[in-house]
Amino acid sequence: MRRRRNRAIGILGLSLLLVVAMAAALAVGPANLSLPEIWTALQPSAGESPARAILLWVRMPRIVAAALSGAGLAVSGVLFQALLRNPLAEPYLLGVSSGAALGAVAALSLGLTVGPVGVALAALAGALIAIATVFRVAYAAGQLDTRVLILAGVVVASFFGAGVMLVLTLAEGRTARSALLWTMGSFGQASWQMNVALAAYSVPAALAAFGLSRHLNALALDEESAAHLGTEVERVKKISYLLASLLAAAAVSVAGVIGFVGLVVPHAIRLVWGVDHRYLIPMSFLAGGSLLVLADAAARTVAQPLEVPVGVVTALIGVPFFLVLLRRGYARKPL
Amino acid sequence: MSFELGDAWFRYPRSGEPALRGVSVEIPAGSHTAVVGPNGAGKTTLARLLLGTLRPQSGHALFEGRPAADWPRREMAKRVGVVAQGGPPVLPISVSGFVEMGRNPYVRPWAPLGEEDREKVSGALRRADLEELASRSVTELSGGEVQRAKLARAFAQDPTVLVLDEPTAHLDVAHEMEIFRLVRDFVDAGGSAVTITHSLHLAGRFADRLCLLADGLLEAAGSPSEVLRSEVLSRVFDWPIEVVALDHAGLAGLHVVPVDRDQDPTRSEEPT
Repeated sequence: MRRRRNRAIGILGLSLLLVVAMAAALAVGPANLSLPEIWTALQPSAGESPARAILLWVRMPRIVAAALSGAGLAVSGVLFQALLRNPLAEPYLLGVSSGAALGAVAALSLGLTVGPVGVALAALAGALIAIATVFRVAYAAGQLDTRVLILAGVVVASFFGAGVMLVLTLAEGRTARSALLWTMGSFGQASWQMNVALAAYSVPAALAAFGLSRHLNALALDEESAAHLGTEVERVKKISYLLASLLAAAAVSVAGVIGFVGLVVPHAIRLVWGVDHRYLIPMSFLAGGSLLVLADAAARTVAQPLEVPVGVVTALIGVPFFLVLLRRGYARKPL
Repeated sequence: MSFELGDAWFRYPRSGEPALRGVSVEIPAGSHTAVVGPNGAGKTTLARLLLGTLRPQSGHALFEGRPAADWPRREMAKRVGVVAQGGPPVLPISVSGFVEMGRNPYVRPWAPLGEEDREKVSGALRRADLEELASRSVTELSGGEVQRAKLARAFAQDPTVLVLDEPTAHLDVAHEMEIFRLVRDFVDAGGSAVTITHSLHLAGRFADRLCLLADGLLEAAGSPSEVLRSEVLSRVFDWPIEVVALDHAGLAGLHVVPVDRDQDPTRSEEPT
């Protein structure tokens, strides 16, 4: 009972954290807006003003994009760790990010695209090609072999990574720099248009993942036991892989490569609230969203007027955190 | 008839010898059937065919008249509870959480456990005498407690059939008796059970029917006294085995006694 109450408090607390993080991030940015200014500018009766435009068309889309991507990446991490039964699995392990990076970098360097939406679409296409390739290799005779999945994914990631290097080498200086920045992750290109697409992807995918949580719990025992508890093992594995990949692909298309959210968030939640996916998935969704909103706020402010790539911020937070987890022997425990 | 195998063959991919070579067995409802035989005889493969996690390459494996592998797992799980082999649990969840998984086939996705589910879970915990351990992590349980927790999880599925694969491996005498007692009670209350076991004398004592497998073939099937015979067991296990009928202190049963090779009467009579 105590545990159940703790989890209820956890869900409430994390929801609150997300709301507070998003509100706080609204007050952060290069344009110095005071809290009263923000409050007035956001009143529905307030007329058009530069402050209102900044809040509605610059900061808010960014915040929403960061929340959705972080939430999606964290849930994607949960799914990959459950599917591969490997605590080190993370959304980008299986080549999703390299595929997306090659798509985006190629588009940027070759000047094939018009605007950020085009880059996002090219990234999505790259990610989907990587996902499909890995799936084709690991899926045989109605079964998804997770050992093959890891190996194929890592190798495909190297292949696309090499492709990125090649394109960057051949590209001209200026485009090469913008392409390189893309691979480090940023919400600078976020727009409402992209957010609608991102939400249309991530929210249903996260809900579907939540619906699988009992099956994921059973799979965490072992595949045979899961089957005896009523899980269609191969179907659940296939769906988890596709959901996890699509969540990661959507995030990476909008924001570039942002590491560690999918690794760090689910592990932190497990440490505090346990391994039950019925709680792990919604909690990771909320915490992942909060983490990226805060990381993006930090990325915008720590080196003003420069903007640090948000991937750098999450890695700088993520690596020490992960080393502490390793030190505590957590990675040796299953899930 | 709950389970039925007809001339079932199965060979694992990339292995030379078939694990099962044309086995036919019928497992009637309302009975306790024990499957015995030497290591590598194909007992676990037989269970997998019955449960539909493997499909025979020729012949058939039916559950309630329908090919076992064609059953939706959810429907199968409402009828058949399984205590599978496997090492100690590694997932740090509570005993009650572990047993709750037995309700998976009944709960809709996104829905919480209902009143009936909770009752079944607490009933299963009570039946397996685990109430006091309910909030303990399964990773902290002893071997006997783990097996009881698996059995409780199977009970929570509200099944008509239990299938147990070596439920008492590595357990001491008391825990062995406990498990067999629970299974026997389940059958006496109207259920059916199939138990794979190495314990010939407990099989003889608690099961209604025995199936003796060796080398992928069904060597003998029938009542304990029909199957537990010295010459059959000695041949199948390749070791001299005596079967002694015992009626001591109200304890009637067959006792299976492996004999020392040197003391084998059939050998000592051989000319040297």
